[in-house]
Amino acid sequence: MLKRVHFPSSPLPYLLVAPQLAITLIFFIWPASQAMYQSFLVEDPFGLGSEFVWFENFELLWGDQHYLDAFLRTAVFSVLVAALSMGSALLLAGFAQRVVRGAMFYRTMLIWPYAVAPVLAGALWVFMFNPTLGIFPYFLDFVGIDWNHYLNGGQAMSLVILAAAWKQVAYNFLFYLAAMQSIPNSVIEAAAIDGAGPGRRFWTIIFPLISPTTFFLLVINMVYAFFETFGIIHAVTQGGPGSSTTILVYKVFNDGFVGLDLGGSAAQSVVLMALVIVMTVVQFRYVERKVEY
Amino acid sequence: MAEIQLTDLTKSYGPTEVLHHVEGDIKDGEFIVIVGPSGCGKSTLLRMVAGLESVTSGEIRIGDRRVNELEPSARDIAMVFQNYALYPHMSVRENMAYGLKIRKLPKGEINRRVEEAADILEIHQYLDRKPRQLSGGQRQRVAMGRAIVRDPQVFLFDEPLSNLDAKLRVQMRLEIRKLQQRLGVTSIYVTHDQVEAMTLGDRLMVLNGGYVEQFGTPIELYDRPASVFVAGFIGSPAMNLLPAEAHSDGIVLPTGVKLAGAQTQSGSVLLGVRPEHLVPDQDGPIAIDVDMVEQLGANSLLHGTLSGTDHAMVASIPGHVATANGTQQRFSAAPEVLHLFSPETQKRLDA
Repeated sequence: MLKRVHFPSSPLPYLLVAPQLAITLIFFIWPASQAMYQSFLVEDPFGLGSEFVWFENFELLWGDQHYLDAFLRTAVFSVLVAALSMGSALLLAGFAQRVVRGAMFYRTMLIWPYAVAPVLAGALWVFMFNPTLGIFPYFLDFVGIDWNHYLNGGQAMSLVILAAAWKQVAYNFLFYLAAMQSIPNSVIEAAAIDGAGPGRRFWTIIFPLISPTTFFLLVINMVYAFFETFGIIHAVTQGGPGSSTTILVYKVFNDGFVGLDLGGSAAQSVVLMALVIVMTVVQFRYVERKVEY
Repeated sequence: MAEIQLTDLTKSYGPTEVLHHVEGDIKDGEFIVIVGPSGCGKSTLLRMVAGLESVTSGEIRIGDRRVNELEPSARDIAMVFQNYALYPHMSVRENMAYGLKIRKLPKGEINRRVEEAADILEIHQYLDRKPRQLSGGQRQRVAMGRAIVRDPQVFLFDEPLSNLDAKLRVQMRLEIRKLQQRLGVTSIYVTHDQVEAMTLGDRLMVLNGGYVEQFGTPIELYDRPASVFVAGFIGSPAMNLLPAEAHSDGIVLPTGVKLAGAQTQSGSVLLGVRPEHLVPDQDGPIAIDVDMVEQLGANSLLHGTLSGTDHAMVASIPGHVATANGTQQRFSAAPEVLHLFSPETQKRLDA
């Protein structure tokens, strides 16, 4: 029999969680339910009335080639952003481990990009890659690349991927560094004595031991690429040229607030919501797998 | 198989020198124990031999090679760590095979060696388990197995038993010794436990504050400690030390009593006598006011002070005693078991 300790009930705990509950209700639950409700409606062209249409908005989505294209684009975008940002973060963390002098400085500098707002990060990259003023197009010209992301969809996509990945490197770096530092030094030393060089130590010892972190970051980065890159895309390409950088979350905005198809836009955001719920479930389900030292 | 030579070895971290001019010749197949209190630099010395710490000055030779500049992997050594340092994501078999795979040994040879080591260490039934599924003692065996399969020139042990419970420690101590004798591999073993050091080592290197206090066989260290530090560190309970006055015909204790015997020294000295060398004697010159008795079964420890002074003394007597606290007991000690040290240099006199 388990004996439980009972405390006299008091309103205090409820009072203490109330602010958090209020925020969750007002800013998450209520908008989400509104989106859900709205996804069942079709607005008339003048915004004067709306009709309840059940799942018609969703049916239209599956038939819409633009939407399916955006889906594929988002998949490519998020995979590349995650791969690029996690790859560079892993490399930087690997080096940060070896830095002895000025380690604090090196690490602090690497963490800074995280403090930059997405829109500002986007603006930064717009300036650097501006076809007429930017420094990078100037250099790229030397190797025969004619850079203009306002005209070239592929270049536009590369640029937003680069900007989005850069922004996320700091976050990934922090987690990778912490994960690497939690590996006991003696394990690495044992591998060194066993004859493994730095590269081999990394791939056979360090990388497998930080795999839970890699998995965690993969989910986090996918979610980031799906949702939080809106600011960057809005600042850099506004989804263009054409719709070559319009990922799902940008299409929600574009269809809803530019195209004024509120019902369709709401349906898209419900689909996105379902996606993020799936990812979160996956993460909670598998990320708990811990490595013991 | 290799001898190891340490020549004028020094280690500094920035301006702080932590190891001072360490010298030592280790013969092929010898089991050397480096012993000292924590912070004396013993692990640092071992890690320098392993190649995990750089050498500030001096030279380390393994076999006929100078290894100062060699990577750990090129030194042909194997090391057992205090926390075992097993690879957590690999099975026991993979842990042991890791170093062999890197050396690109054929699969059959790897299997043969792993099986052989598993036989020696009796860890066959654990070969496919992960380290986290093993107990401390089993992990310890795997760590040793990982060292054995490599068939190295030198084994290095960094306090390998300090995470085990007392009983297992004694058992593993014996096994390590037997294993080393059987394989005949030159070994260096670091510990802070003087009993472990005495029982394991062919020779002991006593380190204190980065200096080698003495390097010799356990019996040399016990019979002729080179300094006050070694005298206090080797042997349990520790040697009694008293300020005394040496004359040509004997040694005068702080109580004024003279222990007869011809002396080559004169002037003030530190007199050392081991608790087990104090022999109960009705008319003995050494009187102790006993204030506590520890019964260990095989022998009894009498704690007290030298009568009339506040110098703490311990005497160890075989068997059980009925001595009451607060009584005075008299002892004598043979002249040949008395040790004299200089109060200034703390070194052994009459050397």
